[in-house]
Amino acid sequence: MAAILIYSDKTKLAFELLNAAQLIGKNTDLTIKAVSINNDEQAEELAAKGAETYKIINPELNLADTGAMASALLQTAEKLDADIVLLSSNRRGKELAGRLAQVFKAGCLTDVKSMQTENGRIECVRNVLGGATVAIQEIISDKKVIAISPKAFPAAADEVGGTINEYVVNIIPSGIKLIETRAKAGDSVDIEAAEILVVVGQGVESQESLPAIMEIAKNLGGEVACSKPVATDKKWFGEERILGLSGKICKPDLAIILGVSGQVQFTVGIRDAKTIVSINNDEKAYMNQMADYVLIADIKEVLPELQKAIG
Amino acid sequence: MNIVVAMKQIPDLQQIRIRNRKPILDDVALTFGNIDKNALEAGVQLKEATGSNLIVVSVGTEALEDTIKEALAAGADEAYLVLDDEIGDMESSSSARLIAEAIKKIDDVGIILFGEGSGDNYSGQVGSRVAAILGLPQAGYAKSININGNIATVTRSLEDCEEVLEAELPIVVSVIADINEPRIPSVTQILKAGRKPKEMLELDVTGDSMLETISNLAPEMQRKQIEIETIEKLLKVLENEGLLRR
Ligand SMILES: Cc1cc2nc3c(=O)[nH]c(=O)nc-3n(C[C@H](O)[C@H](O)[C@H](O)COP(=O)(O)OP(=O)(O)OC[C@H]3O[C@@H](n4cnc5c(N)ncnc54)[C@H](O)[C@@H]3O)c2cc1C
Repeated sequence: MAAILIYSDKTKLAFELLNAAQLIGKNTDLTIKAVSINNDEQAEELAAKGAETYKIINPELNLADTGAMASALLQTAEKLDADIVLLSSNRRGKELAGRLAQVFKAGCLTDVKSMQTENGRIECVRNVLGGATVAIQEIISDKKVIAISPKAFPAAADEVGGTINEYVVNIIPSGIKLIETRAKAGDSVDIEAAEILVVVGQGVESQESLPAIMEIAKNLGGEVACSKPVATDKKWFGEERILGLSGKICKPDLAIILGVSGQVQFTVGIRDAKTIVSINNDEKAYMNQMADYVLIADIKEVLPELQKAIG
Repeated sequence: MNIVVAMKQIPDLQQIRIRNRKPILDDVALTFGNIDKNALEAGVQLKEATGSNLIVVSVGTEALEDTIKEALAAGADEAYLVLDDEIGDMESSSSARLIAEAIKKIDDVGIILFGEGSGDNYSGQVGSRVAAILGLPQAGYAKSININGNIATVTRSLEDCEEVLEAELPIVVSVIADINEPRIPSVTQILKAGRKPKEMLELDVTGDSMLETISNLAPEMQRKQIEIETIEKLLKVLENEGLLRR
């Protein structure tokens, strides 16, 4: 029986892929098989979600060697008769998607943010033209590799009936050596998980405003995110807080946006928020058209008031 | 040694207007993706450090013959181009095949650089596909690259960590925007660009189509756009909507 294969190095994302696979497999006779590589714990957790799990443990298989990883997944997909492979569209997954697609002779879509499935057809939704438009695309080749954006699907529910099968593949290294892994300097904040985001744009003119903004976000039970130039030009924050096309796509319940003009590469990261507030001193700022509530004001002036009310 | 940078010609995103939810691409100027320009700058810096030759490879419509001058002015020594007016929205699989075929015509390739994603589609597949076709090691999302003899050391930035990777040349590397600040070419460089060698490759551009685009529309925005006068009123409204759990 043909299968859908799922793999992510991150267990949380693998759970989301499992959910997506269940959606694709619904009303079809496709079975779902999960792969876990050099991660015993992940294999256990996938099995606890009811997944038929294939566990590959081999220290010679290096996650950083994308060529070797693609080869391992190719062998697994062929052996398990999977025509569809779902990967996570985090950086590692996206890099792997292209390489696997090439050796698997598959069409591939990455950064897929939702899917509609019917009779085995999978329509994938993704941003194109820098986020100006949203395309619905279908892979028409027999083999398909789909990389799904983090958080596009909820995690699969726990289910009984999961299994763990130890699995062996040939390791074909491509010549990459991992010399060192460093935890990222700065914070390991997860703005995608936050239900409330307070977003710093270039309209926040002084770095001295940041402590107040951090405090407001904290008291709201949220996190601080930022537009790209605030991180890459001003270096006020690390890149893990960037919202947008080259940053994170977030769907918080509430986004309070301070001094962002609203270029499409930014708005694509926040336009799925439930409620958007824009505070900007330019009433014509494009961000305001994307907001539910708009306050035309100078950040310098309203920040103390906001801090007082929420601080 | 030859350094190869693969760049994609795209419409200038700032100039795209939306009408009836459809993007209007007529008369929009063509340029290269921003991150591709970072890849080029990384190539120029490696060329300066190692005394290499820098070749830009690009696949696109006939207009590319003009667009490529941007890259030649910004430090590339020569260009290998695959031109065809049918190449509109070419699929990643086809671009990768053509780029790989072009690279095979170049001797002594040490490193092949890409942006982590094109400016328009941002799908990030082509670099990985080219690495697969050529059977080379790859390192994606580089924030720094060093070449010492025939060893490349790449520090790459993942979501939660940085990895330092090492491989013997040749290697395929994709870069992130943070890696550098692309230089602005001088007037003399721009004037010289037109005279730099361009190799026009005759390759079969027809490839199997693996994707179908069902629709491509600007998202519908349904935002309330209610103007609020004060912070106090704003907080009240948010509280009433149950958005503030304080
Ligand atoms: C390929 C590509 C990818 C990109 N990816 C991203 C991305 O992922 N994320 C991203 O953010 N950007 C991205 N960009 C950049 C994007 O196009 C914009 O340049 C950027 O979002 C602008 O940031 P900003 O709104 O903070 O700054 P600005 O555009 O400078 O806007 C500042 C705003 O603050 C307002 N303001 C100024 N002073 C005050 C004040 N005192 N009080 C109140 N308001 C004030 C101004 O009216 C203005 O609206 C990308 C660009 C490209 C080409």
